[in-house]
Amino acid sequence: MSDPMIDITDVCFTYPDGTEALRGVSFRIGHGESVAIVGANGAGKSTLLQHLNGYLAPTRGDVRIGGQAFTRERIAEIRRSVGVVFQDPDDQLFMPTVFDDVAFGPLNLGVPPEEAERRAVASLDRVGMAHLRERPPHKLSAGEKRAVAIATVLALSPDVLVMDEPSSNLDPRGRRRLIELLATFEHTKIIASHDLELVVELCPRVIVLDGGLIVADGPTERLLSDEPLMLAHGLERPHILRHRHPH
Amino acid sequence: MDDLGRMDSPIHRIDARAKIIATAAFVLAVMSFPRYEVSALMPLFAYPFALIAVGNLPAGYLLKKVAVAAPFALFVGIFNPLLDRQPMGMIGPVAISGGWFSFASIMVRFTLTVSAALALVACTGIHRLCAGLKMLGLPSPFVVQLLFLYRYFFVIGDEGLRMLRAAEMRSTGARTLAFQTYGTLIGHLLVRSMDRAQRIYRSMVSRGFDGEVRLLRREAPGWRDVAFACGWIAFFAFARSWDLAEFVGRWLSRGPS
Ligand SMILES: Nc1ncnc2c1ncn2[C@@H]1O[C@H](COP(=O)(O)OP(=O)(O)OP(=O)(O)O)[C@@H](O)[C@H]1O
Ligand SMILES: [Mg+2]
Repeated sequence: MSDPMIDITDVCFTYPDGTEALRGVSFRIGHGESVAIVGANGAGKSTLLQHLNGYLAPTRGDVRIGGQAFTRERIAEIRRSVGVVFQDPDDQLFMPTVFDDVAFGPLNLGVPPEEAERRAVASLDRVGMAHLRERPPHKLSAGEKRAVAIATVLALSPDVLVMDEPSSNLDPRGRRRLIELLATFEHTKIIASHDLELVVELCPRVIVLDGGLIVADGPTERLLSDEPLMLAHGLERPHILRHRHPH
Repeated sequence: MDDLGRMDSPIHRIDARAKIIATAAFVLAVMSFPRYEVSALMPLFAYPFALIAVGNLPAGYLLKKVAVAAPFALFVGIFNPLLDRQPMGMIGPVAISGGWFSFASIMVRFTLTVSAALALVACTGIHRLCAGLKMLGLPSPFVVQLLFLYRYFFVIGDEGLRMLRAAEMRSTGARTLAFQTYGTLIGHLLVRSMDRAQRIYRSMVSRGFDGEVRLLRREAPGWRDVAFACGWIAFFAFARSWDLAEFVGRWLSRGPS
């Protein structure tokens, strides 16, 4: 397989109200790569991520996943292979119990009930939330919701994991646990985050977005230690990198 | 309500289908009584009462919910005493018109059916209820509607409360919000709800939603469940055909002498 996992060429996107959120974005991401997308508020990160499983279709340009374009026939398959964890978990959890929610995806895929149940339990175990299986999702804490949202996506055994601000709302322990959890995934990962320390720990490569354009794309340590670049785009140099490169 | 559904009691353990069938039979029985009937309906209170007592449900809480819906029944029944003035019975020297009887009958029926329905949800849990309805052959769209109505009722309610709180915090001093503010808030809530509905729908589609909700509950009904449904149906049929209240009354008045 020489096709890159994700291949995005000159993607532009304008919201119906005329906001130009993406203005010509191109990049390729290989199998098993972990890439962070960083940028100030409103840079277009969430908009970009929503193109990766066909929620939004580019106004111009091309999005390919595993060499496949989004066509009517392939969209279901692509959506299974790209699991997206949203910025707001309430958008993602909609069933009456945590367990039903996690089993929802596998059951829709036509997996037999016993297998779906097994998968749901395994995914909940993986994120450490098995004890919540009979709880209604809207009564969980923000961190628990996030973990369950990740489990719903894992239950579909995706090839690519796309996450929008995974560490927002988490306490330091929850965040640490999340980082450790994500580090164990062998999936291709794309993480949009303001949590630059998390980015340093999880993603060897980073793409910096500003005003709907890619302003830098390269190795995390080099880009994030580039103070002028970071400041120019509403970011800062993370502390862990400061310690590694004292002035 | 969700927390009640997750409790454990002999009633909670009964298969959802048995409870649905018994409750449906209950509603049918209540509705089939003649319109002026009041006293013969009384024995039927045994059913909601049994669900609440055996299911360990908080009776006060459920009663409050029944009271919330009561104005609706009041509105339906309130004109009967005006329209139907035929005297039907006497309390002391006062003649009671048929309208009052049918009004009382409507209120009793309302209390019976609503309390039974609430008790059913409370002692079953909405997810098992939906799974049960589906297994009984209710078409999928209805089950999906019910499931999401219930689920997002709270989410949207919460959102509304949050907005209200935010507005109140910023309207310093004023004891109540201006009327226009409420208008704006409600409009905004509607837009937000629609946006959220859209996002949720996308997230469902991305997990393979095709209009069918598949719930993982497949316990086979045991003899206990069958006995539960049959027992209650027999009781309803019995209460419907004989006026138990009158029977008990006669028996009591004869007893001591
Ligand atoms: N539904 C929408 N309709 C119109 N414009 C939108 C919509 N969603 C986002 N935008 C606009 O598109 C631009 C990019 O938004 P996006 O949500 O992608 O930013 P982001 O990088 O994810 O920001 P954040 O870090 O705050 O999450 C912003 O200017 C925003 O105002
Ligand atoms: Mg965003």
